[in-house]
Amino acid sequence: MAILKPYFTDLLTKDKREDGRKLFEYRDVVIETGAIERANGSARVKIGNTEVLVGVKLDVGTPFPDSPESGILMVNAELLPLASPHFEFGPPSKDAVELARVIDRGIRESHAVDLDKLCIKPKEKVWMVFVDIYPINDDGNLFDAGALGAIAALKTAILPKYDEDEEKVLHKELTKTKLPIQQIPILTTFAKLNGKIFVDTTMREEKEIDARLSIATIDDETTSAMQKGGVGTFTAKEILELTEKAAELAKKLRKLIPSK
Amino acid sequence: MGSKVGAPEKLIVNGKRLDGRKLNEMRKMDIKIGVIPNADGSSMVTLGGTKVICSVYGPKEVLPRRNLDTEQAFLNCVYGMASFSTPERVRPGPNRRSTEIGKVIADALAPAIFMEKYAGSEITIIMEVINANAGTRTAAINAASVALADAGIEMRDLVCSIASGKADGQLMLDLFEAEDNFGEADMPLAVLPRTKEITLLQMDGMLSTAEIKKLTDMSMKACEELYKLQKKALQEKYETEKDASE
Repeated sequence: MAILKPYFTDLLTKDKREDGRKLFEYRDVVIETGAIERANGSARVKIGNTEVLVGVKLDVGTPFPDSPESGILMVNAELLPLASPHFEFGPPSKDAVELARVIDRGIRESHAVDLDKLCIKPKEKVWMVFVDIYPINDDGNLFDAGALGAIAALKTAILPKYDEDEEKVLHKELTKTKLPIQQIPILTTFAKLNGKIFVDTTMREEKEIDARLSIATIDDETTSAMQKGGVGTFTAKEILELTEKAAELAKKLRKLIPSK
Repeated sequence: MGSKVGAPEKLIVNGKRLDGRKLNEMRKMDIKIGVIPNADGSSMVTLGGTKVICSVYGPKEVLPRRNLDTEQAFLNCVYGMASFSTPERVRPGPNRRSTEIGKVIADALAPAIFMEKYAGSEITIIMEVINANAGTRTAAINAASVALADAGIEMRDLVCSIASGKADGQLMLDLFEAEDNFGEADMPLAVLPRTKEITLLQMDGMLSTAEIKKLTDMSMKACEELYKLQKKALQEKYETEKDASE
């Protein structure tokens, strides 16, 4: 399993990466929106060889009893065996569930989607926003790729027409109303291997790391979600340093999200 | 969010929280060890209104075999909530929330266990919340920590866990239900007290870097107290056993 651990450790102690990157350098990030005609919003994100497709679909449903005037946001990840020999068919794995929930919290907790504006009739009808993340090729760092795709797809999503008399959504007729977006949360995931911390792991690196820390930031000052993963540990000092580093790295990534 | 139903007007009145605690005050934690005779190790942890029972089975044969790891133990960590543990009935069985919590708890416990000593075998940790009033994952980690020790699993350290967060604009330790539901942020943390290494960190809500620092400090301090409580509970169990055998 951990055959490459000494190799990567050796490189990292010299502040080097296998592909020549610096420790806190991302691979090339490309975001393309609107690729899926049938989706209400969509994005295709490439980080190096990692590719993720995210689609947003809107529907109308009943609100949760504890928030009768708010729309509903649901984030889901489908790790199809299409994208990696490590994925398997069947119900969502723990990794898929964690991936979706970490991305979900970054968006939800920052109130990136103004759910209060998605109420049609209190207690009865609200918009439901489904964000589905489909990795197409997993070469590591699905967290950051998925999160970028999710916010880019949401940012460009358009509401379909809702027929109030018939009480149904006309999925084929789009309005000119955009989904109300008020923040652009960016997820930055750090990896740790033998005490060395770096970003944007390739699959080869990802399989050897001890721990991972994902941090969603909305600006220089504010963090909206964090999650540690993997069996390794972080110190309190590292966490604070990485929170600041996350905000710094997010600034560049945020510029790639389409402004309209 | 402003539109949440049932939100109290204030979560802090005259500097005190709705349950009478100070901001940096933890709810009372009670730890009982050896509550399930069938298990190799077991415990029950009460944190205010939150109650979790935990049993540890193992090291034992890995089933199904596909989970077998020849280099380290397979840690099968299952977190669940009893259907009657919450105000509204929860459907029994796993769901997305419990799946994720089981995973992060396994990640929080693994650094404490000499995993390589149990290569090729499985350690099963089952945590069931029987009464929920916020802080269930942190209570479950404390329960699992002592249950693992009770099962005689070789460990580097115990694992102590507590949440802190922000409600009504104030930073506070160990949120209870109202503060968790209607507060601004929640940050569960687990630590190996001897080395101060953080093994679990989650956060949702909006916090500045300065606030994250304050909450980390607050939780780390509380974990030192939890460390004493866990050790005391373990000592008490084995002292009683010794007395009985004499």
